[in-house]
Amino acid sequence: MAVLDSKIPSGPLADKWTKHKNDINLVNPANKRNIDIIVVGTGLAGGAAAATLAELGYNVKTFCYQDSPRRAHSIAAQGGINASKNYQGDGDSDYRLFYDTIKGGDYRSREANVYRLAEVSGNIIDQCVAQGVPFAREYGGLLDNRSFGGVLVSRTFYAKGQTGQQLLLGAYSAMNRQINRGKIQAFNRHEMLDIVLVDGKARGIIARDLVSGEIQRHAAHAVVLATGGYGNVFFLSTNAMGSNVTAAWKAHKRGAFFANPCFTQIHPTCIPVSGEHQSKLTLMSESLRNDGRIWVPKRKEDAVAIREGKLKPTQLSEEERDYYLERRYPAFGNLVPRDVASRAAKERCDAGFGVNKTGEAVFLDFAAAIHRYGKEKAMTSGIKNPDESTIIKLGEEVIEAKYGNLFQMYEKIVDENPYKTPMMIYPAVHYTMGGLWVDYNLQTTIPGCYCAGEANFSDHGANRLGASALMQGLADGYFVLPYTIGDYLADDIRTGPISTEAEEFEAVEKEVREKLEKLMSGSGIHSVDHYHKKLGKIMWNKCGMARNAKDLEEAIKEIAELRKDFWENVKIPGTMDSKNQELEKAARVADFLELGELFAKDALLRNESCGGHFREEYQTKEGEALRDDENFKFVSAWEYMGEPKDAKLHKEDLVYENIELKTRSYK
Amino acid sequence: MKLYLKIWRQKDAQSKGKMVDYTLDGVEGDMSFLEMLDILNEELVSKGEEPVEFDHDCREGICGTCSLQINGEPHGPDRLITTCQLHMRKFNDGDTIVIEPFRAKAFPVIKDLIVDRSSFDRIQQAGGFISVNTSGNTIDANAIPISKHAADEAMDAAACIGCGACVAACKNASAMLFTSAKVSQFALLPQGRVEAADRVQNMVRQMDLEGFGNCTNTGACEVECPKGISLTNIARMNREYLSASIKG
Ligand SMILES: Cc1cc2nc3c(=O)[nH]c(=O)nc-3n(C[C@H](O)[C@H](O)[C@H](O)COP(=O)(O)OP(=O)(O)OC[C@H]3O[C@@H](n4cnc5c(N)ncnc54)[C@H](O)[C@@H]3O)c2cc1C
Ligand code: SF4
Ligand code: FES
Repeated sequence: MAVLDSKIPSGPLADKWTKHKNDINLVNPANKRNIDIIVVGTGLAGGAAAATLAELGYNVKTFCYQDSPRRAHSIAAQGGINASKNYQGDGDSDYRLFYDTIKGGDYRSREANVYRLAEVSGNIIDQCVAQGVPFAREYGGLLDNRSFGGVLVSRTFYAKGQTGQQLLLGAYSAMNRQINRGKIQAFNRHEMLDIVLVDGKARGIIARDLVSGEIQRHAAHAVVLATGGYGNVFFLSTNAMGSNVTAAWKAHKRGAFFANPCFTQIHPTCIPVSGEHQSKLTLMSESLRNDGRIWVPKRKEDAVAIREGKLKPTQLSEEERDYYLERRYPAFGNLVPRDVASRAAKERCDAGFGVNKTGEAVFLDFAAAIHRYGKEKAMTSGIKNPDESTIIKLGEEVIEAKYGNLFQMYEKIVDENPYKTPMMIYPAVHYTMGGLWVDYNLQTTIPGCYCAGEANFSDHGANRLGASALMQGLADGYFVLPYTIGDYLADDIRTGPISTEAEEFEAVEKEVREKLEKLMSGSGIHSVDHYHKKLGKIMWNKCGMARNAKDLEEAIKEIAELRKDFWENVKIPGTMDSKNQELEKAARVADFLELGELFAKDALLRNESCGGHFREEYQTKEGEALRDDENFKFVSAWEYMGEPKDAKLHKEDLVYENIELKTRSYK
Repeated sequence: MKLYLKIWRQKDAQSKGKMVDYTLDGVEGDMSFLEMLDILNEELVSKGEEPVEFDHDCREGICGTCSLQINGEPHGPDRLITTCQLHMRKFNDGDTIVIEPFRAKAFPVIKDLIVDRSSFDRIQQAGGFISVNTSGNTIDANAIPISKHAADEAMDAAACIGCGACVAACKNASAMLFTSAKVSQFALLPQGRVEAADRVQNMVRQMDLEGFGNCTNTGACEVECPKGISLTNIARMNREYLSASIKG
């Protein structure tokens, strides 16, 4: 059994990264000019890595499936990015950010990686401000902060409700500067379909030009995968329509271990599903939980009446409402971590208290906040004895300034005014903590193949805290990879250009072609979406917010059957050698149909409940997750062996030297 | 509801396109406009016909990928939203809907409703950045206070999603609103002032090279912009450009 070596540097936690940077090999500037790096993905992780590597002098090629790097799904992040700046003087520190992240992840992440993340978080904010990212500011001109779930300090930096957009545009502008200098060559509307290994090392990729359909070979000395998360295995999620697992999955099939595939984040505040035609779900940022209170009616009759449209939520008095998060978790209230909030919503809805037609929704109510802010505003504006309507008007203005774009988004989709009636929300698939296994250097088990951002498994354990993914993506891209990849490339300064003529490239290209031809030859009548939706239903019903052994075993069988049907029958019109969106989707769904099976297998293995992974068999009497540190304090890293269900398990034991393992409590 | 769709079909950049009629039944008000097209495509695929290709990704109004000229208006009849946020409740049973790609010389059609907007990327590459390397030891983020007003104004300009509706709305196919939004974001912030003169000149030069038209102040762009990017940005860019040219 190959041993997983996480390559964590020795020494005290707080010194590891500095020591490591001092110990690793560097490539001198003249040699960097002779080294090529492929970066697949131009989101925060890939965009930041590409720009920084090019600044350092490497020749970079970037790939993304969208028509511009600026459209990677990082753009959709709303709420904010964490950093331990302690600008608010509320007791924040690197250690506290580290501690919150480990605890939030339910003790299933690596101490050393998470500490490094906290350590570089401050640099990220400095860097972004220098690039011109317009973060929100206070009247005194200094940066403003807000708080997010699972923590007791205000450490989240934000740019209105468009933080991801602004951070991505920052990384994109840094990329543009390098494109302008000729140091980055950007291949947009290009999709990576496989990775090429030469002598056991990652030396290139096979990509398809999505406009012409041309299959291309691209060679480099190292390959970075920063291709985002795989939440779309559920069909419905808050991810973009094109988000996919293909790059990571193809690397997995060629030797990269896939870690913790079943660790998925179901986000508590999304707009509920409205019908069968639904193509994606929309997140309402977690920041709303700063001011919104979550509730369902106390009495089932009232819930039924609301569902049938006979009663309005605003007609229920305070006493008739169950603010169930405040009731169950008085210390954190509406700001408990996401997994806890999601399960609590499901529990209430399963018990019959749901408030929309489908019975799968709870209220997120801003009336109290509008009132509170209105009063405050009246006071600071010198209005004495304001009447109720003035207070509400002023309060609504404050709420609009904070969350205006989210409220507008909600109103457009649901056709109800959330200033006047509470929002309806329900959990939805949002983020995948699992991903390619990487060591401390972000290298996968394929030498020369690195993985950054949401695509790797590294920092969030079994549950990610809000505003931490943007931090991780930029930390990986700006501050970690540029160092660690140099250590590897120091051995390549005499290698010379990698040729795409090698037989390895030819062989992989042939396989890619044959796969696509096979897809085009399907003889049935169903579209790709038909299969994707079916897969999504299996995943949501059997591998979703609550899982059990019986369902998971069924899921493994059902997915394998669906996959077989798909490969024989999927109907794809058009041709391979032209623009063909159905073929693009089919290639992605083909990989989801394999990943889904491994996902279920991983969930079945983990006989415990931790973070986003809730096994019904393992819970306390009060319905809280029951973790099993004795038997499951490890990362499951899967090695591909032919069929997803035959994957071989490797365990990376998690060692906690600085933090004492505790039962996570937000009570 | 039942709808009569007239959709632009074009095989590729070289081929000539034409409008094709489709009838679609069973559309509900809760569906988004793109979900309506999904249903049409599902029908086409099951008949073995090629589906209508259109650009889209986030489907929540932020990535700027979706486009579409709907009944003559970029992003359709509603205001301050993108096509992916448009819902069918804005239409009535029996309506005819004309769907075309964004039209502009600098946005050539790739296939059906998909256009090539890489000209926007090249404008940004010409100067839409601040020249700082990633070092990890730039000055502390709070070292230079920036007034809330300036930061908010820069943010409003930075909200542009690069969709191209402003160009499609303009009878001259001008890209002034898009370009000025980026120029403004940086011009409003102290970090961006350092290179302001070079930036505006380089970006405007590239904009002209790409074949976008001149601005004649019709204001159509502002009306159709899904993010409410204001015409004041164009005025600001003109001032910046003028003062940069004088300085030479
Ligand atoms: C709606 C929403 C809101 C969020 N809000 C927050 C928040 O407030 N704070 C926070 O910290 N996190 C948030 N997150 C999470 C965070 O945004 C993501 O985890 C993070 O941005 C992922 O960045 P990334 O660079 O890893 O991937 P992405 O930004 O998803 O980029 C993936 C890139 O890979 C490319 N790609 C993928 N596959 C291929 C392929 N096969 N070939 C070529 N290219 C490929 C894509 O084109 C794209 O460029 C949010 C997520 C969502 C969905
Ligand atoms: S200015 Fe408005 S219309 Fe033009 S690209 Fe930007 S967001 Fe789109
Ligand atoms: S699909 Fe992203 S803005 Fe419409």
